[in-house]
Amino acid sequence: MSDETLSRSGDSWLGASVTRNEDPQLLTGRALFVGDIKAADMRHAAFLRSPHAHALIERIDTSRATARPGVVAVYTAEDLGDLMRPMPMVVPPAPVEGLVFNQRTHTPLAGEKVRYVGEPVAMVVAESRYIAEDALADIEVEWAPLPVAGDLEFSAAPDAPQVHDGLAGNVAAIARQSKGDYAAARASAHTVVRRRFLYEHGMAQPMETRAIAARFDRRTDQMTVWASTQAPTSLRGGLAAVLGMGESDLRVIAPFVGGGFGVKVLMYYPEEVLIPWAARRLAGAVKWIEDRGEHFLATTQERGQIHDAEIALDADGRILGVKDDFLHDNGAYNPYGLTVPINSQCSLFGPYDVPAFDSTFTAVYTNMPIASPFRGAGRQHGVFVIERLIDIAARETGIDRVEMRRRNLLQPGDFPVNHKVIFQDFTELTYDSGDYPAVLARAAEKIGYRRFIEDEQPALRAAGRCVGIGIVNYVEGTGIGPYEGARVQVLANGRVSLATGAGTQGQGHFTSFAQLVADQLGISPREVDVTTGDTDRFQWGAGTFASRGAVVAGNAVHAAAVAVRGKALALAAAEFDCEPADVLLEDGVARHRGSNRLIPLGELAQRANPMRGAVRPGAEPGLESTQYFGPEMGTTASGAHAMIVEVDPETLMITIRDYVVVHDCGTAINPLIVAGQIHGGVAQGIGNAFFEKIVFDSHGQLLSGSLADYLLPTSLDIPRMTLDHTVTPSTLNELGIKGVGEAGAIPVAPLFAQALEDALQLPARGVDILEIPLSPNRLWELATGQA
Amino acid sequence: MSAGTVKVVTRVNGIEYEREVEPRLLLSDFLRGHLDLTGTRVGCEHGVCGACTVQVDGLPVRSCLMFAVQVNARDVSTVESLAAPDGTLHPLQQAFRDRHALQCGYCTAGILMTMSAFLADNPTPDEAAVREALSGNLCRCTGYQHIVDAVLDVAGSPQRERPE
Amino acid sequence: MKPASFRYVAPPTLEDALIAKAEYGDDAMFLAGGQSLVPAMNFRLSEPAVLIDINTITDLPPIHTDATTGELRLGARTRHRDLQYMPDIGAACPLLREAIVHVAHPQIRNRGTLCGNLSHADPASEMPAVMLALDARMRLASISGERWVAARDFFEGIYTTACREDEMLVEVAIPAAAPRSATCFLEVARRPGDFAMMGVAVAITLDTAGRCEDARLAYCGAGDTPVLATGAADILTGSVLTEDAIAAAAAQASREIAPLGSIHAGADYQRHLAGVLTRRAVPIAFRRVAGEIE
Repeated sequence: MSDETLSRSGDSWLGASVTRNEDPQLLTGRALFVGDIKAADMRHAAFLRSPHAHALIERIDTSRATARPGVVAVYTAEDLGDLMRPMPMVVPPAPVEGLVFNQRTHTPLAGEKVRYVGEPVAMVVAESRYIAEDALADIEVEWAPLPVAGDLEFSAAPDAPQVHDGLAGNVAAIARQSKGDYAAARASAHTVVRRRFLYEHGMAQPMETRAIAARFDRRTDQMTVWASTQAPTSLRGGLAAVLGMGESDLRVIAPFVGGGFGVKVLMYYPEEVLIPWAARRLAGAVKWIEDRGEHFLATTQERGQIHDAEIALDADGRILGVKDDFLHDNGAYNPYGLTVPINSQCSLFGPYDVPAFDSTFTAVYTNMPIASPFRGAGRQHGVFVIERLIDIAARETGIDRVEMRRRNLLQPGDFPVNHKVIFQDFTELTYDSGDYPAVLARAAEKIGYRRFIEDEQPALRAAGRCVGIGIVNYVEGTGIGPYEGARVQVLANGRVSLATGAGTQGQGHFTSFAQLVADQLGISPREVDVTTGDTDRFQWGAGTFASRGAVVAGNAVHAAAVAVRGKALALAAAEFDCEPADVLLEDGVARHRGSNRLIPLGELAQRANPMRGAVRPGAEPGLESTQYFGPEMGTTASGAHAMIVEVDPETLMITIRDYVVVHDCGTAINPLIVAGQIHGGVAQGIGNAFFEKIVFDSHGQLLSGSLADYLLPTSLDIPRMTLDHTVTPSTLNELGIKGVGEAGAIPVAPLFAQALEDALQLPARGVDILEIPLSPNRLWELATGQA
Repeated sequence: MSAGTVKVVTRVNGIEYEREVEPRLLLSDFLRGHLDLTGTRVGCEHGVCGACTVQVDGLPVRSCLMFAVQVNARDVSTVESLAAPDGTLHPLQQAFRDRHALQCGYCTAGILMTMSAFLADNPTPDEAAVREALSGNLCRCTGYQHIVDAVLDVAGSPQRERPE
Repeated sequence: MKPASFRYVAPPTLEDALIAKAEYGDDAMFLAGGQSLVPAMNFRLSEPAVLIDINTITDLPPIHTDATTGELRLGARTRHRDLQYMPDIGAACPLLREAIVHVAHPQIRNRGTLCGNLSHADPASEMPAVMLALDARMRLASISGERWVAARDFFEGIYTTACREDEMLVEVAIPAAAPRSATCFLEVARRPGDFAMMGVAVAITLDTAGRCEDARLAYCGAGDTPVLATGAADILTGSVLTEDAIAAAAAQASREIAPLGSIHAGADYQRHLAGVLTRRAVPIAFRRVAGEIE
């Protein structure tokens, strides 16, 4: 086994590429996912979903379904009692001055009206999922279809079909944020570039769909919920609130979770609320595993924005100001507030010095599934706009695109940089640290930018080949609050237990958090047992999203481990009758420097929990500590991606010849895991840029509703990537960590646009790439002048 | 028309099972629900993602696209068969761990069942062949690079620098 | 996504299978590889009352070469995998092997069958077009007898074939390759393994003077059936395969197909691709006749 070869980075586990603690379970198939939960009294649910994007429900008849053998219960809105109310906001709107915000959240089942295809209208509980699905066909519904607000721009028009009553049009929110005097900047500009950009982000499509099982114990009136969720603690609090239960009577367990990418944060999803509700009502166990067909409609997605954006520059190509007014497709409800469009707005600054800024977005209700954050969470849209504006401006001014970027980068001496606009964490968007010129320079060097454009590209073009290069920057606000916590406990057997409330969906927390503990307690990461998703083990926290796990939970883990170390040193010092400074923790023992006397950690833990004597005031029993970390604001990671691409000039199929990522996530706990995060992010970015397209028709019907139609990239579509990094520690936490979870996904689309434009020499034909996703078909249209 | 049940006698991971099942029971649900072999994961149930890949008579197949009754008198292998009884990982499993070739781990069983069969037939593939063999299994976490590296490690083959 | 209930029939012989099919008619479907049928059933787009599993039949025709006609005969249990790996098939008909690797992925090819794929008659699928290019014939059997249908008459529409409700496609016969002939298959798909946005199967035969004696150009993703571009073939036939002749044939092919367009490829782009692929595939086939390339 490779365990014997585990090695530290220098003298610490922090920074070491430790293979993962959780892998043996996952590799052998022993890992428990929600779908594996069994119980003798387990029933299975299925949901009847609206086939219409907008319709009134005239009548529902469930009698035939109820009568089907094996069916336990069929519920519609009128069975839900006081649960039949709009669900709470998950994330309230950011406190932007002058904000217009019209809150409309969904009910667990649609009552009189459905507002998107896939909205659930009835739930069947049966002895098996097969029978439950049979019974769905037995339910008769009379629909009265209504006109559909489908297309975003169409829905934003004043005369569009109204998604919600009582609103002026379909306005979900309007938020204007500005800095400096853009009008003055524009008036003094040498060059102004203005374009309309369409950016569609896609679907998260984790390999495990959503899943939830609940068991209500009628003897104790307590409920256990197993959920494939990124936010078990939030889910417990949310469920307790909507079901009217005490938090202490509800235990939420997120066992192994097969990916999340944002869409498994608490959403008060109908199924998330109704499965526990039904388990309590039936005083038994109920399970629902979302099938992939449902996932395409019932799970939130990110979708599109339309940006009318401009950039003003001086004669040297320095940015004087950026203006961007955009529409955001909010979907039918807005439980997640404004996170996505706020992130888009804030991402317009990029790593650049933007003295004047003026942006207004309008979030629009549409008859579409709910939009909520998916890895990147709106940043892609903003990064696309600013990077494209710079590319086009560079062309129009005759300045090299890398040079223009370099001229506008914030400099290492500029930090902290406060952009004076409100970010998703409700604080002013502030960059704590970074070395953007170094990142860009390294990316340009790694991809061989100069050599390519001066030598290779001209030679290849002369030979009739269509090759292009792209290089783009991004920053990413990561590690936002409010807080996470962790409890570290040395067990009597010498192993160490670590529990935190932040869930895990593959990020390697079982290992990276163990490394942080191992460093403090002088043990191997293999001796730390990590629990990340069980509210009976740790009940406080917000969840794993927004690239915050390592930053926020990681620093809480570190703080708890430091505290336990202090206790261990003090206790051992008392045993050795020496100063704590004379005690070493190493190899699982506390050792006295002078005498070499030692006490195993487990024994020390037992002595910390005595059967006689007294625990003194101010002290605590046990080698244990619970600590919290709540950052004042997010920390800002950064990076640059570069790519060389070849396009078949006739078929417009592409081949990525080289892909370079240079990133800066501050201190990396485990570089192997960081590399995995970057690789996966880039793959999702490539999917978004060129393969994945959510296609709805004007009636709100999904045309890309299977994995044969919605194209997740395969091993043949993702290139080998070269990674490099700089390290600019965060100034906002002790470990210097910045988040990295979303980074890889964020700048890929503008990179594709730039490189493909270059490969096809589109600008020479007066064509700009102003939209994402692209496809061979779309490139062919652009290359042949069919805008 | 009443569907009734049918008898299935099958050998899974070397153990013979006899069960009465509905004809419509998918092999994936049979393995997971009836035999409690939950290591096989279900990702899409329309034959695209590959998460549910198992081997039937040694060949990788989508278990969501077969009915349990179709493995009557056949040999099935699932991910549970790979590691030794004492827990020692199969070389491919070990390489996956060493290379960080899995993140959430949900697609992993299917990939292991695909690629272990592939390596048995192709002991020394190059990277292009590995990527081709892997292309019927979707992974949403890793971007495939570490998976490819793990398979190449087992094969003793080098990584390629750039696409051909 | 669980299939609806059905009655399962596992006939031991072909005759038993045909009796069952005669009895249940359109209520029954044959279960061969199941790689198209089962997804449709899981989505409940298809809810057959009866499935007749042909995998249990012991007397289906084996893969063999007809001693009399020289035809390659591929019976109903021929799996995609066989087309890819069986040396005899590859030697007799390299087009099958060249095309089959574009059909889905290894796990699917391990189960999917040629006759099942052809019976499903998805016009975007590769093998129906290959059958047209090869001028294959199909043996349809029922309890009242059997008949042979030419590939060009077999595909009638989207998911529709000449197969009657009491019939089963039991075997495909592919003529022996003529002297001085060669084939080529090319396609463009969004991702390898996806249905083609456009694909072409080319078979050409040259005369001793190097002129094209016979050409068959068949396209997938080109209409509601696989499409044989006879106009394009006519342009090639009798001519020396110059760049101009090929370009003219390619232009004609892109005109005479009738692509339907999809979310991945509009009809105009599909026509464009048909032209591109024709211009690429015909010279490859030509050079293969000449033995210049594999």
